[in-house]
Amino acid sequence: MIISTQVLLGQLTIGLVNGCFYALLSLGLAIIFGLLNIINFAHGALYMLGAFAAYLALQLFGINYWYALFLAPLVVGCFAILIERFFLRRLEGLDHLYGLLFTFGLAIALEGIFRDRFGSAGLSYAVPAQLRGLLDLGFMRLPTYRAWVVVASLFVCVSVWFLLERTRYGSYLRAGTENPRLVQSLGINVPLLVTLTYGLGAGLAAFAGVLAAPIYQVHPLMGSNILIVTFAVVVIGGLGSTGGAIITGLALGVIEGLTKVFYPEASSTAVFIIMAIVLLIRPAGLFGQES
Amino acid sequence: MRNTWLIAGLIVVIGAAAPFSGLYPLFLMKCMALAIFAIAFNFFTGYVGLLSIGHAAFYGMGAYFGGYAIKTYGVSTEIALLIGMMTGAVLGLLFGLLAIRRRGIYFAMITLALAQMVYFFCVQAPFTGAEDGLQRIPRGKLFGLIDLSNDLSMYYFTLLLLVLSIVVVQYLVTAPFGQVLKAIRDNEPRAVSLGYDVQRYKLTAFVLSAALAGGAGSLKAMVLSLAGLPDVHWTNSGAVILMCLLGGLGTALGPVVGAVMVVLLETELASIGVVKIGSLSLDLSTKVPIVIGVIFMVTVLLFRKGIVGEIQSLIDGYHRRRAEKSAT
Repeated sequence: MIISTQVLLGQLTIGLVNGCFYALLSLGLAIIFGLLNIINFAHGALYMLGAFAAYLALQLFGINYWYALFLAPLVVGCFAILIERFFLRRLEGLDHLYGLLFTFGLAIALEGIFRDRFGSAGLSYAVPAQLRGLLDLGFMRLPTYRAWVVVASLFVCVSVWFLLERTRYGSYLRAGTENPRLVQSLGINVPLLVTLTYGLGAGLAAFAGVLAAPIYQVHPLMGSNILIVTFAVVVIGGLGSTGGAIITGLALGVIEGLTKVFYPEASSTAVFIIMAIVLLIRPAGLFGQES
Repeated sequence: MRNTWLIAGLIVVIGAAAPFSGLYPLFLMKCMALAIFAIAFNFFTGYVGLLSIGHAAFYGMGAYFGGYAIKTYGVSTEIALLIGMMTGAVLGLLFGLLAIRRRGIYFAMITLALAQMVYFFCVQAPFTGAEDGLQRIPRGKLFGLIDLSNDLSMYYFTLLLLVLSIVVVQYLVTAPFGQVLKAIRDNEPRAVSLGYDVQRYKLTAFVLSAALAGGAGSLKAMVLSLAGLPDVHWTNSGAVILMCLLGGLGTALGPVVGAVMVVLLETELASIGVVKIGSLSLDLSTKVPIVIGVIFMVTVLLFRKGIVGEIQSLIDGYHRRRAEKSAT
């Protein structure tokens, strides 16, 4: 089998871009799970909301990509904060599964609303003028936008990592993950922390959505497809470590990209097969410290 | 078991009379096939306490394999059902061996991911007919003798299967096997310390549940003459979760009530069509997912025990108050 370097590198960069989305989404899932103890099934829907927020901002108000990159996560984050404050908080202290089921319903409803309003055909969002064209790296030509997605997501991932591991808010958050009652008794407003964390996770998903809008079409069901793959990523990497979530996401994106070159039939199932293998060899996941 | 016979009798009476009340046998059969699917799901999630988001894979593959066997090889009806159950059981064993290694939330995510893999397989595999699905699946002859192409005879056969499923599942749940399952659900470390092989109990329950789900799938394929991608899609796993949640997880009658409610809701909303409120016109037929999602959220927030569960706890509370009164 002869594969041109161009095709290989092309798929590799697409894989890397997807890996960035997996990393951003699984990072959000991990911090939400850490503090709220729920798997946020609406994460895919929030990613979709991010992409639609960017699309609608451009269509209705002429707000360009660069503003949307900040505004969409903000708007979606605020929406998520309301959801947490008024609904998810009522499920505190119950079995984890109820949080999952509630967000499952939320995801179905949100997707339903957008499918009803915008139909099932994808809407296209133009690549911003500054990021069109190709970067000549000598050995390959890289579409500028793909390079931008990788740089921007890695920057955000590292910033979030810094926020969690090196700042006061991060130390509260990590302590809250360990023992929320003790943190509360030290005078820290844990409910507020929980709300902000849910907003932060949602914002990350929406940020990924805006980044994805020019690459993939803006589509009501764009979130559920990527979310299920992200779940497999999370099962592989475990929800315990921030760095682990980022690295696993990137690695699996690249592996998926490579599968597209060498065995295209399996490209949609590659991540799931890897998940099955990891479960057989290391049931707790690569970075797992499951009790 | 006394309750079981009461429930079975109730369903037999209602079921026997239903086709004469003006309801279409086809609609009722769809409800009953989905009710069996929900009973299968409830047997696992309701009594073992682990959430599976992969049951659509067993149901859908059961529908494909059972439907394919009866369409291509002309096997008799009960053989097609058995093939569906075997398909579900084998797939359930594979899923179970992997997923049972992790608990709680991971279990749910693993079953969902594996089911998505099955879905992608069905999209690509040649025998599923991709977007068109398997169409014109015959109902065949029961034991090679009784022709089921007549709606009413198929209806009573389906009713029989529904009652059989309820009785068998209730038997399993009340038997020592089911008691151990509940013990694991309520306090796993304790069940381990009592010497039960917890993983094996979970796996057995999962395989049984998957087998019944596969059977329900092949039944549905014969009832509606159709097996397709929507049966394998994760939204179908969502639908069965909703049925059990709405009806009442871990109750005998809950899945049946839930299945009827969800099918009714879907068909009613679709048939109502456009509603005009003043100058506002609303097309309800396209709003089904929104309504389903909202019902999901409302059920989780307000009545987690489901319809049957809430009624049961009302009755229990009434009995308790009466007992307290007579004691004083």
